[in-house]
Amino acid sequence: MSGDGAASAPGRPGARPGRPVGRTAGARFRSLFEGGLLEGGVQGSPVLRLFLRWVRRPLLPVMRLWRRNIQLRVVATTLVMSLGVVLLLGFVVIGQVRNGLLDAKVKASQSQATGGFAVAKQKADEAASGAGTGAAAGSGTADGTSATDGRQSQNVIQWMSDLVESLSSGGAGAFDVVTLPVGDDSGGGRSPRGSGNVNPTSSVPADLRERVNSGTTAAQSYTRIVYSNDKDSQPALVIGKQVNDPNGRPYELYYLFPLTQEEKSLSLVKGTLATAGLFVVVLLGAIAWLVVRQVVTPVRMAAGIAERLSAGRLQERMKVTGEDDIARLGEAFNKMAQNLQVKIQQLEDLSRMQRRFVSDVSHELRTPLTTVRMAADVIHEAREDFDPVTARSAELLADQLDRFESLLADLLEISRFDAGAAALEAEAIDLREVVRRVVSGAEPLAERKGTHIRVVGDQQPVVAEADARRVERVLRNLVVNAVEHGEGKDVIVKLASAGGAVAVAVRDYGVGLKPGEATRVFSRFWRADPARARTTGGTGLGLSIALEDARLHGGWLQAWGEPGGGSQFRLTLPRTADEPLRGSPIPLEPKDSRRNRGLDEAGLPGGAEEKRATVPVQQGGAQTPALPPRAPIVPRLTGVAPAADPAALPGNGNGARVVPRPTGGARRADDKAAADPVSEGGAARPDVSGPQDSTEPGEAFRGR
Amino acid sequence: MMSFMKGRVLVVDDDTALAEMLGIVLRGEGFEPSFVADGDKALAAFRETKPDLVLLDLMLPGRDGIEVCRLIRAESGVPIVMLTAKSDTVDVVVGLESGADDYIVKPFKPKELVARIRARLRRSEEPAPEQLTIGDLVIDVAGHSVKRDGQSIALTPLEFDLLVALARKPWQVFTREVLLEQVWGYRHAADTRLVNVHVQRLRSKVEKDPERPEIVVTVRGVGYKAGPS
Repeated sequence: MSGDGAASAPGRPGARPGRPVGRTAGARFRSLFEGGLLEGGVQGSPVLRLFLRWVRRPLLPVMRLWRRNIQLRVVATTLVMSLGVVLLLGFVVIGQVRNGLLDAKVKASQSQATGGFAVAKQKADEAASGAGTGAAAGSGTADGTSATDGRQSQNVIQWMSDLVESLSSGGAGAFDVVTLPVGDDSGGGRSPRGSGNVNPTSSVPADLRERVNSGTTAAQSYTRIVYSNDKDSQPALVIGKQVNDPNGRPYELYYLFPLTQEEKSLSLVKGTLATAGLFVVVLLGAIAWLVVRQVVTPVRMAAGIAERLSAGRLQERMKVTGEDDIARLGEAFNKMAQNLQVKIQQLEDLSRMQRRFVSDVSHELRTPLTTVRMAADVIHEAREDFDPVTARSAELLADQLDRFESLLADLLEISRFDAGAAALEAEAIDLREVVRRVVSGAEPLAERKGTHIRVVGDQQPVVAEADARRVERVLRNLVVNAVEHGEGKDVIVKLASAGGAVAVAVRDYGVGLKPGEATRVFSRFWRADPARARTTGGTGLGLSIALEDARLHGGWLQAWGEPGGGSQFRLTLPRTADEPLRGSPIPLEPKDSRRNRGLDEAGLPGGAEEKRATVPVQQGGAQTPALPPRAPIVPRLTGVAPAADPAALPGNGNGARVVPRPTGGARRADDKAAADPVSEGGAARPDVSGPQDSTEPGEAFRGR
Repeated sequence: MMSFMKGRVLVVDDDTALAEMLGIVLRGEGFEPSFVADGDKALAAFRETKPDLVLLDLMLPGRDGIEVCRLIRAESGVPIVMLTAKSDTVDVVVGLESGADDYIVKPFKPKELVARIRARLRRSEEPAPEQLTIGDLVIDVAGHSVKRDGQSIALTPLEFDLLVALARKPWQVFTREVLLEQVWGYRHAADTRLVNVHVQRLRSKVEKDPERPEIVVTVRGVGYKAGPS
């Protein structure tokens, strides 16, 4: 046995590691059972999967209907259950009827058979006494014995036939009589006999014969009568007993009572029950259908109306009739809709009032402000004729009026976003044009700061459906910010387009952002350094507005920065207005970041890290620290409230300060002095304008 | 004749302080301002003073600025510059559609205002005899007239300037920014809605079917150009 290596252990035929075929087959079967035919979780071979799909496909609409249609489910369940009940009931009733019918028949048959057996016995006894005299007469001659035997058997054959005849004559179709020899003894005239063309041997079951032979009492059984002519076989009750013939030798005598009548009665009952059951089931199904319909129709109506309500048709109501539960549902529903409508109306009114208020305030504020502004300018123009104190006052007045104006403008813009009144006027624009305008607008400021603004990636058109006014505002903001905080080092504006997105990244090499600040820069009135904040211009709302502008486009505005290593702000816009963004052509963390350069020096490929950095995360990750700046932080566009935290903490001297336009050159003179464009900026530059512009987008997208 | 009267500016504004301040600034720049504070009286004042330019506040007691603008435009092509406190698209577009040539959002700097006014008045200083065709239109630049099959079409000076700018270089596609610079005199960062509204108004006057323009053709994603002659 142990040498039989080919035989696998019984009970686990597929578990042998040396037989992968068996294993896969087993797996296939397992998957077939575990996955289920309709679950779809099958991992087997493609062929099997195709087959399952092929089987499943025509079923899918049915399953869908089953899942979605409660009426169908209720009706089907009712049908199945009532069918079960009717079947059970039918079986019980039929069983009862059959027992009743058979009991009576069995009793009658038994008495009939008992009488018959008695008659047979009596006849045998009579014949024995009659023959006994003949036998006694013949017994004197020794050689006559065989002759007597032969005559006797001749007589027994005749006697048996007569017996069968006479016994069955009383039945006249009500029963038949069969005699069979005991065991295999067929001699002596004991060959099988049957009345009324009954086939004697095949009509009597063997086990009954055994029972009859094993005792002297009567035994009974059910059987089918087989006829020797063409008559159909029919069920019957057979009662048998071992009886002696005139010679005192036993034979089997059987009474066969056909149950034709009983079967007819039973099938009549069955038919009636089946018909009644079918009617009951169908009626129950119909009733269930009607009842469910009464409940489901208003529910469906409610669902339809709820859908229409949610689609904005607030005046939709349910029709309510009667006072039942459904009517109460309808009333409650209508009350809810009414309340919703009132609330929404109130909110709309409030919103409209708020917008109106903002608009009115704006007008009321702006008119006097215009007068003040003009007066201040007239005074400012004439300041050379004033004494120094008055002249300086005039300067301050004009400067701060500028600031006041831009603050008012930004506040109104933000409130317009908050009120949802901002509208996107998108058309196909070439971002290079916008960038060119922005850069030329920022040139005067850059010159004062000693900063050089470079544009890369503008060889090919970068076209997107966008609102040029808003995009320009965003980019102006980013570029001016970068110049303001770039400490005189280069500012690089990079354009790229890939996939369904275009991006503009603005890179500076200034003080950068501390961990966590990359999200906070977008907060309203967030100031990186409260100590320095009041000396620089800007409203503190610029980046918040920029973020809202990006959102309005369905785009992203994200920031990256490292302390002392500068920062990069990236605007990503979908190429067409209704397309969702999935990635950005420019990695958020620039290639020349300190971390990436460190990796390069260590001989490690930084590509993988970078790719990951380009995958924008959901808003949930908004609080991830910017160092290590792996996760881009600014939320992708959702309907959610701005990530900006109004209570954001102050940080270092970089980030959110926004200067909408070049202002007095006297500001931030310290920055200019501190700027060292050669040493650090020079080291940082070579990595930036490299060939990454052409290759990066594809990589960035593959990295998703 | 035009050059003699070109300094007159009618200021329609109900805010007396602002009106007075505007007067100071305008006089300082050599203009000759006159004032009216009520929308109902604006038209009468306009007829009386025959200004070369109207500065019109949108929010006025009596008739509002839009209505006044329409009334003035109905009888004259004189440049109208709206003063508005609202920069929402709807307000701006409604103002422009009612016939204003330009608008300036409060609060503005005096220099900005003066630059806009000068840009609107500048046109009449350059009478160069020139004949242009655009589509089936014939433009007499010096005579300030546009004719189709001998029938003259009435255009406001601004619409005329817009048409001339396009017709002078029929091979060129004008971006909205370029048009703003050439026609309105903006140097940078202005509102392209001005161009859209005025192109539409121009089309409604010169096109046979404004829905399918043949004179001023849109170049998708870029701007406008003159249709083929």
